[in-house]
Amino acid sequence: MKKLLFIVAVFAETTSISAQDKQFTKTGKITFDATVPKSPENIDAVNKSVVCVLDIKAGALQFAVLMKGFEFDRALMMEHFNENYVESNKYPKADFKGTISNNAAVNYTRDGVYPVKVKGKLTMHGETKDVEADGKITIKAGKITAAADFEVLFKDYKIDIPELVADKVSKTARIKVDCSLEPLKQ
Amino acid sequence: MRKYFFYTSLMLSGLLFNAVTAYAQQTDDLISLLGKEKPKKERETNAFKSTRVVNGHSMEFLAPGTMDFRILHRFGQVNNGYSNMFGLDQASMRMGFDFGILQNLMIGFGRSTYKKELDGFIKFAPLRQATGTGSFPFTVALVAGMTYNTSPFTDTSIKNYNTSRIAYYFQAIIGRKFSEVISLQVMPTAVHNNLVLLNSQSNDQYSVGVGGRIKFSKRMAFTVDYFHRITGLEKGVSFNPLSVGIDIETGGHVFQLHFSNSTGMNERAFITETTNRWDKAEIRFGFNLSRVFQIVKKKKHS
Repeated sequence: MKKLLFIVAVFAETTSISAQDKQFTKTGKITFDATVPKSPENIDAVNKSVVCVLDIKAGALQFAVLMKGFEFDRALMMEHFNENYVESNKYPKADFKGTISNNAAVNYTRDGVYPVKVKGKLTMHGETKDVEADGKITIKAGKITAAADFEVLFKDYKIDIPELVADKVSKTARIKVDCSLEPLKQ
Repeated sequence: MRKYFFYTSLMLSGLLFNAVTAYAQQTDDLISLLGKEKPKKERETNAFKSTRVVNGHSMEFLAPGTMDFRILHRFGQVNNGYSNMFGLDQASMRMGFDFGILQNLMIGFGRSTYKKELDGFIKFAPLRQATGTGSFPFTVALVAGMTYNTSPFTDTSIKNYNTSRIAYYFQAIIGRKFSEVISLQVMPTAVHNNLVLLNSQSNDQYSVGVGGRIKFSKRMAFTVDYFHRITGLEKGVSFNPLSVGIDIETGGHVFQLHFSNSTGMNERAFITETTNRWDKAEIRFGFNLSRVFQIVKKKKHS
């Protein structure tokens, strides 16, 4: 009996370590803001079903998001976002594949806030561009939270902002990512 | 000793097992580890830029919590020439408010200068076109409307009832967005006038409408709608309404500029009371201006 317990314990322990290598979420949050300074009209949206996977050993970070999942205050803005700007029917997804360049500096077993640099490729509207972002990994009671903040230029992704709305829609979007991760069980 | 060997080998094999599985997971696509998402059933959107094709209702609905303020103008006949600025000297208008209640339910009301008529409608779609498994390829929408003529009675020699001012219309819209470019719909319509001008006219008039659009740029589209009357078309007096136009979307507004042989801006008026004809160039310029306001804010930040 004792022997059996020991065997179970060995397997349980080793598997639990490896499982925590990969952290994931399907309910991450991305907000974007393309409001022109001083404009009374807020052009912002939030997507609360971001899929994110972080490999803490390799420092690899990926996320994917459905464009139609961005929620706006105004229904018409959401309609225009999908139909005219990001063309969600043609390009339903945006994704990011990158690595944490200073992953070694993060101690995933100790609570704390670790500033990180994330480098990778962001694909959106059918265009792929290199993106660099400052982010932070927060570890609290074993729970990992990944957050980043960066700016993209619409022109880089061939998203056309017509002259007519240039005083309302900024040429860049400030993007904030916020994902609370949990261990990926296989 | 043998026992220890057994345990160590067990531990080693455990580690090895985990190492192997970990190695197997070393793929470029981490997201694929989460498994494939099933393709979701998704409603087709933006078949038309507006809730009207030109005159007739389109298969589109207003988003819940929005109000559409609509200003419609129909000018005079283009063939009136320069002295009337090709019809622009005369204008007939309708001002209306539409409200989106659910994604497949909306109501609206308005008032036209023509016959000083009030009108209201309710529009509901039991089926909506969608993509994905088990989805329906068409949108089916039903419209019920009522008009109320507030102008003085034309014939005072008879006893006039208040109910004589009322007319009803019922319409089914069967439409499909075939591609980003082409959307088409058919609209069988029944109009019931409580009072008709002539003895020979029937109170019930049936027609079939067709409407469509060709979107030629992100923010512009050609539109056309036509109603073919099956009953009650009096030769040389009334004609089938045909309207062709362009939709221009400018962010907050949708402009629908068009030419039509009808003046009426509700179903009763343009289906049963179109007295001009295209083949005699008795056409009119007109526009619908639509401005959508969000009146119920979505709770986004939570």
